[in-house]
Amino acid sequence: MAEQPAIDPMHQFMIQKIVDGPKFELGGLVFDMSITNSVASMLVGAVAIVAFFLLTARGQVVPNRGQAVAEALYNIIDRVLVTPIIGPHGRPYIPYLFTLFVVIFVLNLIGVVLSFGSLAGQTWTFTVTSQLAITATLAILTFFSVFILGFIKHGPKFLGLFFPSGMGVIGAILMAPIEMISYFVRPLTLALRLFGNMMGGHVVLSLFGSFVVALGLVGLSGGLASLAFIPATLSFAMIVALTGLELVVALLQAFVWVALATVYLNEVVNFGHGH
Amino acid sequence: MEPEAARLIGAGIATSGMIGAGVGLGVLFGNYLQAAIRNPSAAASQQTMLFLGMALTETMGLFAFVVSLIILFAS
Repeated sequence: MAEQPAIDPMHQFMIQKIVDGPKFELGGLVFDMSITNSVASMLVGAVAIVAFFLLTARGQVVPNRGQAVAEALYNIIDRVLVTPIIGPHGRPYIPYLFTLFVVIFVLNLIGVVLSFGSLAGQTWTFTVTSQLAITATLAILTFFSVFILGFIKHGPKFLGLFFPSGMGVIGAILMAPIEMISYFVRPLTLALRLFGNMMGGHVVLSLFGSFVVALGLVGLSGGLASLAFIPATLSFAMIVALTGLELVVALLQAFVWVALATVYLNEVVNFGHGH
Repeated sequence: MEPEAARLIGAGIATSGMIGAGVGLGVLFGNYLQAAIRNPSAAASQQTMLFLGMALTETMGLFAFVVSLIILFAS
């Protein structure tokens, strides 16, 4: 029987250097400027986003295909999220939310579409959003920019967010710690949701991929073992189906992230009326 | 029992927190479909709320997933 390859679904999340860069030290921290597969994926994402919107920003009355896609993406943010949730005062924040949406969507998509192969012993791109460091950074930026905006717009009155109205003074003071915890756990849940979804999906894909190889090798030994080709084929069909699911998840998670950011923004923009 | 074996079993048991998330997602989408079939004209307007609820429910399951990962790789 042929030798079984090791099943290692976590290997795809390894960060590998592609081009060595200079290292420098700043305040006791070492910064490594090498281009890793993570950096490469983000560069591909950035170039893809800029190129797509430069090419489609024609403003034709009858849009071509690219412009129709761009407008559909914009409508998700404008007509589905911001206008119903925040209302007309939310318009200034659409560019920010749209940027978040496109960045997360494209980085997720690169993970599904581009990250399956390795060439010359090197994984060139991978799912950036399956790294907790990346999602945590995005979550902290998303959460604290909204939180700081609240203080800029409303000053110290914004702390009233933690004291629920209609409970009396003592009730409000008792509830404040709970409200604070549930408020400040938001970046954690944002980061974990995206990370867990992306990582979980890719681990499952990788597991089914290794089933195909392992069972296929068993089947090659001939005789009764040829029956192993049946589950190998089924596993391959599962990969195709799960890849479709991952494409949906890539869009859905970007949508969910921005939907939650919109809800958080709504508390700031419409603070004091209707709450 | 060997500690390594106990660790692996513990990681497996930790994922049982996902049961709750599975039930929650079933309740969520089941109720949404029921409401949507009763009143299809109101279905589209509640889709955002559906996905928000899905995100919040799913987070609970992902916490279990993360705890399991912590047991597997960070202990």
